[in-house]
Amino acid sequence: MSELLELTAAQAIDAIRRGEVTSEAVWSAYRERAAADENNSYTWVARPEAPAVEERAPLAGVPVAVKDLFATEGIPSQAGSKILEDYRPPYTATAVERITGAGAPILGKTNQDEFAMGSSTEHSAYGPTLNPWDRTRVPGGSSGGSAAAVAAGTAPWAIGTDTGGSIRQPAALCGIVGMKPTYGAVSRFGMIAFASSLDQCGPFARDVADAALLLGAMVGKDPRDSTSLGLPEPIGTPSATDLQGIRIGVPEELTGEGIEPGVQKAFEATLELAKELGATVEPTKLPHAPHALAAYYILAPAEASSNLARYDGVRYGLRAGADGDLLHMYTATREAGFGPEVKRRIMIGTYALSSGYYDAYYGRAQKVRTRIAEDFRTAWDSFDFIATPTSPTVAFELGAKLDDPLAMYLNDFCAVPMSLAGIPAISIPNGLADGLPTGFQLAGPAFSENRILDAAHALEQAIGFDGSKARQA
Amino acid sequence: MSLSRDQVLHVARLARLELSEDEVERFSDELSKVFDWVETINELGDLEDVEPTSHVVAVENALRADEPAPSLPQEVALAAAPDVAQGGFRVPSPGAGGGG
Repeated sequence: MSELLELTAAQAIDAIRRGEVTSEAVWSAYRERAAADENNSYTWVARPEAPAVEERAPLAGVPVAVKDLFATEGIPSQAGSKILEDYRPPYTATAVERITGAGAPILGKTNQDEFAMGSSTEHSAYGPTLNPWDRTRVPGGSSGGSAAAVAAGTAPWAIGTDTGGSIRQPAALCGIVGMKPTYGAVSRFGMIAFASSLDQCGPFARDVADAALLLGAMVGKDPRDSTSLGLPEPIGTPSATDLQGIRIGVPEELTGEGIEPGVQKAFEATLELAKELGATVEPTKLPHAPHALAAYYILAPAEASSNLARYDGVRYGLRAGADGDLLHMYTATREAGFGPEVKRRIMIGTYALSSGYYDAYYGRAQKVRTRIAEDFRTAWDSFDFIATPTSPTVAFELGAKLDDPLAMYLNDFCAVPMSLAGIPAISIPNGLADGLPTGFQLAGPAFSENRILDAAHALEQAIGFDGSKARQA
Repeated sequence: MSLSRDQVLHVARLARLELSEDEVERFSDELSKVFDWVETINELGDLEDVEPTSHVVAVENALRADEPAPSLPQEVALAAAPDVAQGGFRVPSPGAGGGG
């Protein structure tokens, strides 16, 4: 593997600026690697010709891989679903427009669980993505293609979406950095909707500095998404090397029991590093967090069942059953176009919202959501950050949880509480357990992105994780 | 809790899903298990006085000036449609079923 491909994105940008390498050379190196990818990370790869880019632009032509959930004008945007096979939208998502506007062309579209519903990228109509650390295992999900692409070095960096862990969990399982910012930090315009009150876009990168750079290019209020927000300050370049004065809370509900021993051991080792860097680390409680996942599996499917009503074979995408009447066309299209997990979630959500059950399920889950957000607010009285393992397990074998929805859902046990609270959280590579990557999750109050990135940077330097093995193949 | 075959078919109708016989059987079993599990939120007891959260970050109504601006040209909006006629989306007749 060439030295060029071993540069982080920020290093590649510097090299382009100094004239040591051209943006065309960077493009071609990654384009070739993406086209030869053996992990099924991509559902579409750009043509070989280097696009015209402005090397003086902030991202200097270093290309980005984009989850297929983002609408990209004229480029297939299939969201992992057969119902959107070869759909080419007439417009581009704001997050993607901002990145390309900052000088990073689209390298490819990445594979994902259908409509972002899953934790393994096995629920894709375009086949599973493989984990570059061990191709018999899943990369996590739902943004597994983006995570595998960055881990395998077929892309310098990538973007994905996180509704209940879909950036952080695959980042952890692939040994890279992934961040979900505060809800509203990045516009959802053109992000194909799953659960609108939870969906957030964020970066995947080899290190924390790259994640900050890519996030910084995407954030900001967008007139086309009325839930988008302006952050109080721009995303800076993380540079902290210690954690002096930082208070880290470790919630007993999301650590210890239920976490694989190897993952827990790596987590505890990093807590020790945090202390050596000057942080205080203390146990705390998030009393409602154990119920977050159950509340999430009412709220997210309920919102999804409503959002996915738009796939009816009328305006775009697949149409089936056109030989019958209109109702038959609707139901035949949806039967033929949706995969099993999407149907399952639509059924869960429709039932939870149906007459007579709304208060017991959806209404109550919204109240549990309030309690979970309150737990975090209470924690911020005593702590700067909450730390947990990102995922309770390392990457599992393909097929291992495919027939057991509840076992699959448990992958996001540690990630979902932050989603329900709308707060930012990052996963950084935290060493290996049994030869497979584990992730360390750091969460903070709304709008604390810069402080999280700084602390993650200090921890990353101390951990010294080497992800180059996954880029060798 | 257990979902009957009739309940599954009712929900499928609401969701505009046409399930195969296998799927009806599988969903009846799977959804029962999922709802048994999500009902663990009932362990939290009385939440009568808790405000529900539908939007997690405090934002006021986001209003903008109501100014005309170009939108997608008609032919672009229709370009990905399965069937087009007279500048619109063509669909099968609602027929006797009413089309919903």
